[in-house]
Amino acid sequence: MSRLYRAWDSDLAYAFRHSPIAMFATLVVALLVLGAVFAPLIAPHDPFDPATLNLMNGFTAPGTPNAFTGDSFILGTDNQGRDMLSTILYGMRVSLFVGVAAVSLGMVIGITLGLIAGYRGGWTDTLIMRVADVQLTFPSILVAMLIFGIAKGITPVEYRDQVAIWVLILAIGLSDWVQFARVVRGATLVQKNKEYVQAAQLIGRSGTAIMLRHILPNVLSPVLVIATISLALAIIAEATLSFLGIGAPPTQPSLGTLIRVGQGFLFSGEWWILFFPACTLLALALSVNLLGDWLRDALNPRLK
Amino acid sequence: MTPLLEIKDLTVEFPTRRGIFTAVDKASLSVAPGEIHGLVGESGAGKSTIGAAVMGLLQRPGHITGGTINLKGRAVSGLDRSAVQALRGREISMIFQDPLTSLNPLFTVRQQLVETITTHLDVTQTEANQRALDLLQRVGIPEPEMRLDHYPHQFSGGMRQRVVIALVLCSEPDVIIADEPTTALDVSVQAQVLDLIKDLARERQVGVILITHNMGVIANTTDHVTVMYRGQVMESGPTAQVLGAPSHAYTKSLIAAVPRPQIKQHRFAQVSFGGRETGFQIADLARNWNKPQVDRAKPLFQIEALTKRFLQKPALLPRNRHYLNAVDGVSFDIKQGEVFGIVGESGSGKSTVARLIGGLHRPDAGHLFFDKKEIVAGADLTAYRRQIQMIFQDPYSSLNPRMRVDQIIAEPARHLGLLSGKDLRHRVDELLDRVGLGSAAGQKYPHEFSGGQRQRISIARALATQPRFLICDEPTSALDVSIQAQILNILKDLQEHLNLTMLFISHDLPVVRQMCDRVGVIQRGQLVEVAQTETLFTAPRHPYSRHLLSLMPRLDELATPDLTTLSAPVAPRPAPA
Amino acid sequence: MLSYILRRVVQSVVVLLIVGLVAFSMFRFMGDPIDNLLGVERTVEDIDRLRAILGLDQPFVVQYVKFIGNAMQGNFGVSYEQGRPVSAILAERAPATLELALVSGLLAIGLGIVLGVYTAIRRDGWAAHVIMTVSLVGVSLPTFLIGILLIYVFSVELNWLPSFGRGDTTDLGGWSTGFLTTSGLKALILPAITLGLYQMTLIMRLVRSEMLEVLRQDYISFARARGLSERVINFRHALKNTLVPVITVTGLQIGSIIAFAIITETVFQWPGLGLLFINAIQFVDIPVMAAYLMLISVMFVAINLLVDLLYVAVDPRMRGEASQ
Repeated sequence: MSRLYRAWDSDLAYAFRHSPIAMFATLVVALLVLGAVFAPLIAPHDPFDPATLNLMNGFTAPGTPNAFTGDSFILGTDNQGRDMLSTILYGMRVSLFVGVAAVSLGMVIGITLGLIAGYRGGWTDTLIMRVADVQLTFPSILVAMLIFGIAKGITPVEYRDQVAIWVLILAIGLSDWVQFARVVRGATLVQKNKEYVQAAQLIGRSGTAIMLRHILPNVLSPVLVIATISLALAIIAEATLSFLGIGAPPTQPSLGTLIRVGQGFLFSGEWWILFFPACTLLALALSVNLLGDWLRDALNPRLK
Repeated sequence: MTPLLEIKDLTVEFPTRRGIFTAVDKASLSVAPGEIHGLVGESGAGKSTIGAAVMGLLQRPGHITGGTINLKGRAVSGLDRSAVQALRGREISMIFQDPLTSLNPLFTVRQQLVETITTHLDVTQTEANQRALDLLQRVGIPEPEMRLDHYPHQFSGGMRQRVVIALVLCSEPDVIIADEPTTALDVSVQAQVLDLIKDLARERQVGVILITHNMGVIANTTDHVTVMYRGQVMESGPTAQVLGAPSHAYTKSLIAAVPRPQIKQHRFAQVSFGGRETGFQIADLARNWNKPQVDRAKPLFQIEALTKRFLQKPALLPRNRHYLNAVDGVSFDIKQGEVFGIVGESGSGKSTVARLIGGLHRPDAGHLFFDKKEIVAGADLTAYRRQIQMIFQDPYSSLNPRMRVDQIIAEPARHLGLLSGKDLRHRVDELLDRVGLGSAAGQKYPHEFSGGQRQRISIARALATQPRFLICDEPTSALDVSIQAQILNILKDLQEHLNLTMLFISHDLPVVRQMCDRVGVIQRGQLVEVAQTETLFTAPRHPYSRHLLSLMPRLDELATPDLTTLSAPVAPRPAPA
Repeated sequence: MLSYILRRVVQSVVVLLIVGLVAFSMFRFMGDPIDNLLGVERTVEDIDRLRAILGLDQPFVVQYVKFIGNAMQGNFGVSYEQGRPVSAILAERAPATLELALVSGLLAIGLGIVLGVYTAIRRDGWAAHVIMTVSLVGVSLPTFLIGILLIYVFSVELNWLPSFGRGDTTDLGGWSTGFLTTSGLKALILPAITLGLYQMTLIMRLVRSEMLEVLRQDYISFARARGLSERVINFRHALKNTLVPVITVTGLQIGSIIAFAIITETVFQWPGLGLLFINAIQFVDIPVMAAYLMLISVMFVAINLLVDLLYVAVDPRMRGEASQ
C-alpha cells in the first residue's frame, strides 16, 4: 500500500493531476490505443474479408444511407465499399504497432550504446560517437528511406509485402537510436562521477552490473521524454513513408496508406476518404506530442 | 551616521505544494558606509535569500511579504520592476559564488567591463576603456592591457573572481552583496580575495554584506556580524563581541563546534541548539563486532613509490601526449589501529591516493602491501575488499537516489558474499538502529534525509561488512559545522571502540589535528612531510607544510569553548615562519 | 583549433567514403551491374566488353576505387528506368530542388528564429501561448498532410495557386530557374510553405528552449545584478549565447529540408531530385538511387563542415587558447 501511495504522492503524479492538458492528452491516447488493440472486436465490419464487401457500397457518404443497398456507415465507405471506421481502426493498429516497435528498437539500441559509451569511455566512446555523428549527418527520414530501399532491393518480389512491416520497423528504429544514445551517454557521464558509483566499484562490482543496476535507473528520466516525442515522430515517419508508397503495403494499410488512397478522391468530392484517416493521425500525433511536451517540463528539475 | 542600507523585519515567503515556506522571518540588520557586515548561518538559514531580496532577484515564486528595505533612506522593497532595475549596478550590486558561471563566456573582459561602465556612467568610449584598465589593475590582475582582451575561460578561478569584483565596482555602487564569494576558490586564493574586498570597501566607503557559512571568514574579514538560523536572526553586533562573548545559545554552540587549530580536543563540541539528533549507540555496536587484534607497532599498510598518471592532453603520437602525475612516488606506512591523515590543497592528489588504496584506480608504478600481502590490481581482490571500506565526501552523491536505504546498506555485504537472506536483513536493521536512524528508515529513499543523516547511512553501509580499515575521503567537507561535529565524533568513537585503522583525507587542518595520530602533507602528488600530528602543527619542517599552516584562519577572537569535558589545551603554537 | 578542423575534415572524407561504399555495394550487389550500366538494349558483345572493362572478376577494393573514381568525375552509369546517363538527369533536376530548398530554408530559419526569440522573451504573454499551441499542431502534422491541405484550400477551393508542377521556367545557361516568371513564382509558394512550415516549427521550438535555458544561467543573473537593461540582456547577451547551439542544429535542419523535399515534391509533383529518388526506389532504379545518395551526402557533409567551422568562429572556448 505504501508503495502505491508514494507513487501517487510523488511530484510527477501531483503535476499530472493538476494539468488538464496532460490528462486530456492521456485520455485521447488511451482511447486510440484501446480502439486499435480491440479493433477486431469493436469494428463493425471486417474490411479485409472479401465476403462481407459489397462493391455497390462504394463511395457512401458518412451517415447517409447508400442509394443502392440502403446500408449506413458512420464514417462512410471508400471506393471499394469498405467501412471507413473499420479501416481506420485496423489502420491505427498498423501505425501504432510500427511506431511503438520502432521506438522500442531505437531505445534498446540507443540506451545500450549510450551506457557503454559513457561508462567505458576511451576508444569505445569515440567509436560509438563517431558512428552516431556520421549517422546524424543524414536526416533520419532519409536513413529510413534508404534502409527501406535497400531491403526492398534485396527481397524477392513475392515476399516484399510480407516483410514490409518489419522492414519499416527496422528502418525507423535504426534511424532513431542516435538521440537516445546521446542523451544516455551524457547522463551516464554525469552519473559516472558520482560517489555511489565509486562505492559500487569499491566492492568490486562488474562494469555491467554497475551500468544496469546503478546508472540505468538514474538516466531513465530524460529517456522517457525523448521516447514519447520519438513515438510521435515515428508515427509520422511511418505515415510519411506509407504515403509515399514505400511503407505499409495495401494488404496491411496504415493510416498513411489510407491517406494516400484518399488523396486521389479528395478533388472529386469524396472528401471523407481522406479526412477521417487524416484526423485520426493528427489526433494521435498531437496527443502524444502534448504528453511528451508536458513530461519534459514536469521532469525538468530546474523548472520547479 | 545614517546607515547606508537598513533592513527592518523583512519576511520572505515561498508558496509550495505543501504549504507556505518562510525563508526569512522578520530579519533586521543595517550596514554603514565602509562597513563589512557578515551574514552567517548554516544551510537553510535564509542568508542568501536576504541578499536576493535586497537585489530584487528573488527566485519565483518567492516574494517579500513583510518588512522594509531602505537604501540611503529611500524605501526599496515596494518598488516596481523598472525602478528596482534602475538601482541595480548604480547603487547596489552583487558578487555571486561561482566565478566560472558568473561571466558570459562569449564576451571578452573588456567588452563586459565597458558595457557596464557606459550603462551607468556618462563617459566616452575612450574613458570607459581607460577605467576598465585601471580597475583590472586595482583588483590585482597582472598585465592588464593584455588581459582585457581575454575571455573568461582564460582566467584561473581566483583571477576570475577578481574580474567579477572589477565588474561589480565599475558602476560605482554604494552597497555590495557578496554571496559566498570565496567558497568555490582554493584555500590559498581565498585569503587574497577577501583582503581585496576589505581594502576596496574601506577605500571607496562601500557597504558590504558578506554572506558565508565559514566562521573563519567572519572572524578575519568582517566588522559586524548577524547570525541566522532557520530564517530568523539569532544575534547581531560587532564581530569581536559576537564571536568573543556570544549571548545567544545558538551562537554559543555554533562557535563551540568550530574545530580550533590551536588546541587538540579529544571530542568535538556539538551544536545543541534546536534539538539533538538521536545518539549513536556505539557500545551495542562494539559488542557484536569481531574486533581485530591491534599491534600499534606493526604496519597494516605499506605503500611504496605509488605512482599514477592521468592523460592531460591526448594526441595521436605518444611523444606528444601530456601526462599529469597525480600521485608521484608516494611512500608511507599506516600502523595498525592508527588514524593516518593526508592533507593538501585541492588537486594535490590526496583523493587519488585514497582511490588507489581502495582499488578504484590501477597504479602505474609502485607497490601496495596490506597485512604483508601485496595487492595487485587485476587479481581477485575479494578478500581485500572484505576488509576495507570507504566513506565519501558528498552525502548527496554517495547514495544511489533510486535505491532504497536498506538495499544501499546491504549491497556491499551481499556482493562480497558475507551475509545473505535473513541474516543480512537483520544486520541492516541493527545498523540502522545503531546509527540513530531506526530500522523503519530502511524503507525510505535517500532524498528523504538530510545531509547529516545521509552521511550516517553511508557509515552504516561501510560498517555492514565489519571492515578492518576505513578510508574517509573528506567526510565532512560538504556538511554544516553542526553536523560536522556529530559525524566526526561518530568516526572517532568507531575508531576507538572497534579497533579500526583509518586513513583520513582532508584539506581542513584543524579537523585533521583533532582526528589523526600521524599526518602526511601532500603537494602536487608528492608526499613532502610525514610526522606525528602534534609535531607537524608545532614544529613543521617542510616549507610547504609551514605555508599550509599559515593559511589556517586565525580564530583567536572566537570564544574558547567550555573545555571542562575536553582535554586541557596545549601551549599555543609559535607564530608561523 | 587547427587540429579540430583537421579532424573534422578527415571525418568528412571518411563519411563520404563510407557512403560511397554503401552506394557501391548497392550498385554491385543489388540487381545486375551490367543491367545497371547498359540498360536493357545491349548486345552480347557489349556485355563481354563491359565485363572486361568493369573488371568484375577483380577484387572488391579495386572495383570500389574505380567506382569512386568514376563518381568523382560525375559518371554514375545509366538509369535503369530512363535509359539515360544519370549525371544528366541529376543536372536537370537539381535546380528545382535547390531553389525550393533555398526559399523554404530562408522562411524556416528566418521566421523560426524570430518567433523562437519572441516566445522565449514574452513567455507568459497570450500571444506566446497561442503560437506555442499552433506550433505543437504544426509538429504533429506530417508534411504531406500540410501539402494536401494547402492544395485543397488554395488550389481546389480558391483556385489562387497551381497544385502541381513548376510553372514556366527560364533557362540560364543550364540552370532552369523559376524565379523569373510569375507562374514560376506562383508555383513555388505552396510547396515552399509546405516544406518550410514544419521546419520552421522545429527551429522555433528549439530556439525557444535554448534561449530559456540561457536565461536561467548565472551570468544572466549577474548581468541583471549589474543593472543592464532587459533589452540589452535579451538581445545582446542571451541571443548570442543562444545562437551558438542553434547554429549546429540549424545546419542539420538544412539537411532535413533537402530530405523532406522528397515528400513535398511528391505531393506537388515538383520535378526535382526528391521525386526522382522516390521513383527510383519504386522502380528499383539502382544507379539513380546510388547517385542521389552520393550527391546529397556531399551536400550534407559540406553543410556540416561549414557549421562546425562557424561554431569555432563564434565560440571562443573552442579556439583552444591556453588558460592561465
